[in-house]
Amino acid sequence: MASVAKEWREIPGRYNLIGTKCGNCGKIFFPSRDFCPVCRRKGIGKIEKYKVARTGEVYTFTVIYDAPDANVRQKPYAAAMVRTDDGILISGQLVDVDLDKIEIGMRVRAVLRKLDSDGASGVIHYGFKFVPEL
Amino acid sequence: MRDVAIIGVGTTAFGEHWDKSFRAIGIEAGMKAMADAGISGSDIDGMYIGNMSAGHFINQKNIASLIADYSGMSTNHIPATRIEAGGASGAVAFRQAFMAVASGLSDIVLVGGAEKMTDLDDVKINSVLDTTADAEWEAGMGMTFAGLHAMIAQRMIHDGTATREEIASFAVNSHYHGALNPDAQFRKAITLDTVLKSGLVASPLRVFDCAPISDGAASVVLCPLEDARKYTDSFVKVSAAEQASDTLALFQREDITSFGATVAAAQKAYRKAGITAKDIDVAEVHDVFTVSGIMALQDLGFFRKGEAGKAVLDGQCQVGGSAVAVNTSGGLKARGHPIGATGVAQIAEIAQQLRGRADKRQVENARYGLAQSTGGTGSVAAVTVMEAI
Amino acid sequence: MEVGIVSYGAYVPRYRIKPEEIGRIWGVDGKAMGKGLMINQKSVPSPDEDVVTIATEAARFMMARVPEVDPQDIGAIYVGSESHPYAVKPTATIVAESIEATPAMTAADLEFACKAGTAGIQACMGLVGSGMVRYGVAIGADTSQGAPGDALEYSASAGGAAYLIGSENVIAKINRTLSFTTDTPDFWRREGQPYPLHGGRFTGEPAYFRHVTSAAKMMLDAMGTQPSDYDHAVFHQPNGKFPTRVAKQLGFTPEQIQYGLLTPEIGNTYSGAVPLGLASILDHAKPGDRIFVTSYGSGAGSDAFDITVTDAISGYKRDRAPVLEKILADPVYVDYGIYAKFKEKIVMPE
Repeated sequence: MASVAKEWREIPGRYNLIGTKCGNCGKIFFPSRDFCPVCRRKGIGKIEKYKVARTGEVYTFTVIYDAPDANVRQKPYAAAMVRTDDGILISGQLVDVDLDKIEIGMRVRAVLRKLDSDGASGVIHYGFKFVPEL
Repeated sequence: MRDVAIIGVGTTAFGEHWDKSFRAIGIEAGMKAMADAGISGSDIDGMYIGNMSAGHFINQKNIASLIADYSGMSTNHIPATRIEAGGASGAVAFRQAFMAVASGLSDIVLVGGAEKMTDLDDVKINSVLDTTADAEWEAGMGMTFAGLHAMIAQRMIHDGTATREEIASFAVNSHYHGALNPDAQFRKAITLDTVLKSGLVASPLRVFDCAPISDGAASVVLCPLEDARKYTDSFVKVSAAEQASDTLALFQREDITSFGATVAAAQKAYRKAGITAKDIDVAEVHDVFTVSGIMALQDLGFFRKGEAGKAVLDGQCQVGGSAVAVNTSGGLKARGHPIGATGVAQIAEIAQQLRGRADKRQVENARYGLAQSTGGTGSVAAVTVMEAI
Repeated sequence: MEVGIVSYGAYVPRYRIKPEEIGRIWGVDGKAMGKGLMINQKSVPSPDEDVVTIATEAARFMMARVPEVDPQDIGAIYVGSESHPYAVKPTATIVAESIEATPAMTAADLEFACKAGTAGIQACMGLVGSGMVRYGVAIGADTSQGAPGDALEYSASAGGAAYLIGSENVIAKINRTLSFTTDTPDFWRREGQPYPLHGGRFTGEPAYFRHVTSAAKMMLDAMGTQPSDYDHAVFHQPNGKFPTRVAKQLGFTPEQIQYGLLTPEIGNTYSGAVPLGLASILDHAKPGDRIFVTSYGSGAGSDAFDITVTDAISGYKRDRAPVLEKILADPVYVDYGIYAKFKEKIVMPE
């Protein structure tokens, strides 16, 4: 069985899109970083929690036919890079969508879905995916 | 710093080697390179092995020692080091060897690249490939390696910097050359239709947009340029071996239709070699997907953004074409892509071109050649420039 | 202290299957079956949906409508379901994390067949009313199971609704709640078993009808009201037939139950059923509307509620989350093959 801690520690990002922001330069990081690669030492001690917007638009997308085991019941499934309304680019699956109607620029919002599970008896991993905005 | 020469190369055939183990293919390539260089095992004082994921593929770590042992090098206890940099593992291993010789720390160094992929099933292999992207925030969220490249292609098409046909034409170019290379996995020319009618992998990319799963190994021998003639009359100069990095995850970049690491490594390499992109006669680029090949040609400065696809579709990059000859080996697409071996095999192909030993796919009067290799979605790039002597 | 609903949110998965499609597989006249049960179609969860994701979506919609409420002021979260994804490990903690209500709070998963959601509302009312917590969240959600070919397969569906219970800015005051509970084994699922079993026709008179009518009559007696005093009513709805008949028996009109009756279009969402029906009523409610609620859970019990919509609903930011009409507007129909794949009825290699 895989480590549960590995997934558990990512819960804030996985569930609630919680990243960080450098108090020195204002740059937003998702996933969170404790060290600003722009300010480096000047950013130390100034990194704060930042909650990324849950809505945005499709920047680019694909429909995946060669699926990993976790998505075998959903293939083909869509994946996208989404530019959130606060300007952050994030990768996630795009579900509950008509595959032939996905377009760059389409409005989407983040929801919580099952990403994977550690076999039939192991822990279930939840995280964000995107759906078309209602 | 000393100038460095490649004095010998050797590769196995690339493909599905059901009857050969990882150690067997690794040794085969090394023995060929040493024979080509005219040296014996006792001449070698260092070894670097490019390998991406033997730990996953064959459940074996510490493979530098394995290769040293099975090639007889461990009797001399030479240092052997394994390098991992995703798809660029072989090219980065080469650069480590180059630095070892250039610095004077080592004199004759063997570079190997090897991967044995077919001991796992396809779904598991793909999962291993996915780990060269951000395992937590890309692969872990359901992105696949092909899917990430497909999103690059989708964006390029949207931006109008390449058409679907132009992207597909990269595979036609690679297969055209693969048909001329007896060691290639696929030795058959294809048409644009073959690519566009093949099964979808991650839209818009299809099976023929993707490099295959392969077993194989490649090897080259390096020594100081000033000593090269002691061993052989046929050698090439390594003018530059540069490497650059970028964010691990594709979504952390502002522009996903260009790999900044390739641009950075190429610019440094041209400067070191004292040339420009225009001087390159033959290039091996990392077409793990067709779209990566198109991007590479632009990032390396051979074409402006939006122009590479047109040139490839037009056949300009074939041997004898009007532009730089690209992927004369067949590239990752047709020659095959045993990951750790790829970067070394690219360099071996360029060395053969510059030595005039590329047979049916020989580029006439090739003076400068270049090999570009990337790992992940361009999170690492290595660019090597070689010159005929 | 005035205790009631401060906010609510509802969610139903996008996929649907029709009874005629299920009947096609099992050699049954599914259309007639659907007509008898008054079920036109039922919702089907996507393979990546379960009670955790459904409850979370409903809870997030609930919180979106009250931006002034700090999730840290939520003191309790109860998720009622009979299809919690874990036998041991609460759904409620995952939902709590998803709305950032952790860690100074209590949480638990509830199970009482189809009425665990309303049981959660009662528990929250007690905690709020006693001053133990400022806000409590009660959620009823299910991805219910029906054995392949069984009558339940035509109705068992997925969905859920979440309620923020408190005493400030209450949009709907809960005037009273009471319950009628006995040991009546009409429907059950043993530990480790994939599908529930039921007592067939025994689930009717001695079970559903006895408990619903008893609780409803107790409530009418306790409040000194009669059915005509209410603008809306919602009864547990394992199908369309039972609530329609029980409403008639009690003296409620078809108009009174129209907004709360969702089963014909989404199937039986079990623990989600009455919470969703009530959400649909609240989607349409005006200040002063009086609502009569009676849930039912096999095993067996009924919770009744008498509710009055307050003036605060006029300022309530309902449109910050989609109403049910919008959520249900654009379904995708699946055939039985896709349904079987989604519901993991097909054995896959390891």
